[in-house]
Amino acid sequence: MKNAVRCRDVVVVRGDREVLHGVGFDLRTGTVTGLLGPSGCGKTTLIRAIVGLQAKVTGNVSVLGLPAGAPKLRGRIGYVTQEPSVYGDLSVTENLRFFAAVLGVPADDVGRVIDAVDLRSHADVRVDRLSGGQRSRASLAAALLGDPELLVLDEPTVGLDPVLRRDLWDLFHRLADTGATLLVSSHVMDEASRCDRLLLMRDGELLADDTPQALLDSVGTDDIEQAFLTLIEQKAGAR
Amino acid sequence: MTPRVTFAVAARVLAQLRRDHRTVAMLIVLPTLLVSLMWWMFHDSPGTFDRFGGPLLAVFPAIIMFIVTSVATLRERSTGTLSRLFTMPMAKVDFLLGYALAFALIAVVQALVVVSIALYALDLSIEGAAWQLGVVAVLDGVLGTALGLFASAFAATEFQAVQMMPAVMIPQILLCGLLLPRDQLPTVLHAVSDVLPLSYAVDAVTGVAQGNGFGAGAGTDALVVTAFILAALALGAATLKRRTA
Repeated sequence: MKNAVRCRDVVVVRGDREVLHGVGFDLRTGTVTGLLGPSGCGKTTLIRAIVGLQAKVTGNVSVLGLPAGAPKLRGRIGYVTQEPSVYGDLSVTENLRFFAAVLGVPADDVGRVIDAVDLRSHADVRVDRLSGGQRSRASLAAALLGDPELLVLDEPTVGLDPVLRRDLWDLFHRLADTGATLLVSSHVMDEASRCDRLLLMRDGELLADDTPQALLDSVGTDDIEQAFLTLIEQKAGAR
Repeated sequence: MTPRVTFAVAARVLAQLRRDHRTVAMLIVLPTLLVSLMWWMFHDSPGTFDRFGGPLLAVFPAIIMFIVTSVATLRERSTGTLSRLFTMPMAKVDFLLGYALAFALIAVVQALVVVSIALYALDLSIEGAAWQLGVVAVLDGVLGTALGLFASAFAATEFQAVQMMPAVMIPQILLCGLLLPRDQLPTVLHAVSDVLPLSYAVDAVTGVAQGNGFGAGAGTDALVVTAFILAALALGAATLKRRTA
């Protein structure tokens, strides 16, 4: 399969407000794509549409060749929500054993994902006693269980120190090298250069869908933040 | 549904409860303390505790289980763990049955404690068999759990979930025959009480207490309570949405 995710004319209505206004893009299998944009631009809504948890989605969202939310996709997608979605009153290991049981993956996968997110020293600590960054790594570990083909990560690196962020991005690329597809949202523009491709979003629309370098070249700058601003101005001028 | 997933959910809920000593104490000890308080209240009015003691064995476990369950499942929604589970091969029924199973186990312990104390320490006198009283008390605890699971679908926050208790449970307590025998209620209210689950829970306990065991009347009431439990779980599964706004 060439594209792990294919979106066409995706519109999402929340309440009586349209929050995504016809978004379309492809995620190539085995790549890391950054979903960048300011807070409130619709990143989380788009992510929830892809993992099949968003109501009132029109248009076409296909994931691994199936319509988003299809029962056969369950367990093939690793999803990390913005808030760490793990049980605070259980230890890291207990959390992961539970999710492994639900997924039906062998219990020894738990040790592998704990090492992958570098939480070995805190494996038996209750999650609510961990720091914010450790907690989000525990949440990420749960998404890695069973080697999902698609990983959708909603701001997984918020609040992490630079060394850890670099390590996690290295991990993301290693996973992509083994054939997984990753969509990683962030509102930190400096993470853009670490992605194979970028989706720039603002006010429920895609401003750009390109490689980081091509994006910079197209507006003649070497700074993603500046490229983002230029694109917004170009868009406003075109109206 | 997948038994592997149902049992994983149940085991995880119990593991979480094991960490939470205050909640376990509330689940196990509180019904007994409340029944004991009633016993003490009516200490100088002979016969009164025998009349109210039985029905309270139905009411207290149901209320307490209702509150704990509705808040526990809501917490699961607000922390995003339910979203994560919905991207995994978990049927909605697995989730609800897992919770029901875990709390049913708690209800068994709760019933053993409260019924033993009521019968053997507080000298509650019943005509029927003690084990039948125990079975009915377990069913009542599970009924509270099932109603709590269903009600939590209509609450958006834990704050709202707690408010469901007075809204859902207090009318049932007023009409279940505890304060006034149901046949003395005005016609309309009597008809309303006929469709409320707690009425049958109290009827079942009263039936056992008066010696109309499972063979005569109380068994039917217990079956009706079971039907309400299954209906509440089915409705809970129907109202739980994978896709939300």
